[in-house]
Amino acid sequence: MNALYKLTRAELRLFLREPVGVFFGFAFPAILVVILGSIPSFREPDKDIGGLRVIDLYVTISVALTLAMLALQVTPAVLAGYRERGVLRRLSTTPVHPAKLLAAQLASSLLTALVAVALVLAVARLAFHVPLPGQFAGFVIAFLLSAAALFAVGLFVAAVAPSGKAGNTIGVVLFFPVMFFAGLWVPREAMPAALNRVGDFTPLGAGEQALHDAATGAWPHAGQLVVLAAYVVAFGLAAARLFKWE
Amino acid sequence: METVIECDHLRKVYRDTVAVDDVSFTVQRGEIFGILGPNGAGKTTTVECVGGIRRPDGGRLRVLGLDPWHDRSALRQRVGVQLQESQLQDKLRLGEALELFSSFYRRPADWRELADVLGLADKLGTPFGKLSGGQKQRLSIALALVGNPEIAILDELTTGLDPQARRDTWDLIEQVRARGVTIVLVTHFMEEAERLCDRLALIDSGRVVATDTPAGLVSRVEAEQRIRFRPSVELDDRLLTGLPEVQAVTRHGATVVVTGTGNLLHAVTSVLARNQIVAMELRVDQASLDDAFVALTGRPMDN
Repeated sequence: MNALYKLTRAELRLFLREPVGVFFGFAFPAILVVILGSIPSFREPDKDIGGLRVIDLYVTISVALTLAMLALQVTPAVLAGYRERGVLRRLSTTPVHPAKLLAAQLASSLLTALVAVALVLAVARLAFHVPLPGQFAGFVIAFLLSAAALFAVGLFVAAVAPSGKAGNTIGVVLFFPVMFFAGLWVPREAMPAALNRVGDFTPLGAGEQALHDAATGAWPHAGQLVVLAAYVVAFGLAAARLFKWE
Repeated sequence: METVIECDHLRKVYRDTVAVDDVSFTVQRGEIFGILGPNGAGKTTTVECVGGIRRPDGGRLRVLGLDPWHDRSALRQRVGVQLQESQLQDKLRLGEALELFSSFYRRPADWRELADVLGLADKLGTPFGKLSGGQKQRLSIALALVGNPEIAILDELTTGLDPQARRDTWDLIEQVRARGVTIVLVTHFMEEAERLCDRLALIDSGRVVATDTPAGLVSRVEAEQRIRFRPSVELDDRLLTGLPEVQAVTRHGATVVVTGTGNLLHAVTSVLARNQIVAMELRVDQASLDDAFVALTGRPMDN
């Protein structure tokens, strides 16, 4: 396990040396909350969305955004890039299996996500009095399952993308529908019911719903958790079988 | 002498290409064993199989008594591999890479000392992306040695290096061997093979054409030798043409050119000495591995 720890530490260091990645994966979600919270009407209760304030909704959407950026824009590009540059091949000549490097990259992303989410929640609470998630344990479970589902998709993209650039492109292409159904442009509560139904089967449509339920004090519904678990299994297995090491 | 690598009728096929057809050789502990051949001959695939990175399709391989593919976890601790064309992350610093890789081994070398020996001590804080080609190559070697391996496999060590860096690397390899490491060296540079290798296997189109010491391979070749000189006094050609070793004597202005085989130099200089003729500006062209390759495979190495 010593090797995994050292690899994760190296991955974190490398991530922190990329200013663009650090900005988008780390700071941007909190900044988004600040920007949106500065719009006065977003701080007024809105009867169209059941009396909640828009800013309340956007906190969980920012959490979803953090996960989507790390899982779809960082992981595939980095891992496919490692394959392309021969980093995985070089590691395969050592006693440490290259799969440990994949695990280290995911662990590093997850740690980054945790800190970014803590930052979002703290900023929202302190600046705009957005309450911390009512059902905290449920929120953590929803967060971890959503993370697992998204990283499984990211890993799958990394498995099949022929190059770092391709990984990046495919990730970006997936990012938009995933975030659309999470409600980044139009909150789910304001979407037509039909779109909502479709979104329920996307990883962040389900994930966002679960996070939202927990944030407002209820346990996430089984339905969403099942969809997320299905993504983890399906994409995780596919990634494991299809991963090209060279 | 202990045999550390046994390769018997190795075979590896990729889809419809036969990369390695039939390769056999053995490597003794402490020697520098060369695998020499043109590009595409199957050298890299051969050493990848020896290093346990690729699974062979046929033949029998034993490295330190173990099967490199099935016992690869055990062998990774004892065999270091330096592959061509593999990078590290651009922003990973050289010292970080060495420390990281040394943590993978049970009994690693002192990576700082290794960096010193390889002339990288002042580059520990430099990111990989900012290293020169020569520095990257030396880091590659360091990473192959950081685990204190018994065997080091080095593939195309000096490709892309300038002549000075190339010579420095050769000195380094000899130092490494002096520490007791057995080295398998893949190269397509004749000069490198002649300089470094105790023995070598000549590979062409996936097959071993010959295995011998560099001198031994050269001596197999009945190649012409050529001696040029300017005689100090008038020279009667018949003094030379009568010698059994001499095939022909020609003149280019004041220069005499003698072609022949066998111990030509001794024969010519003896005759000149007996007749008190000094050979001035003497030059000898000898057979080389290049000639050996041509003789053994029927074509030059650089197609």
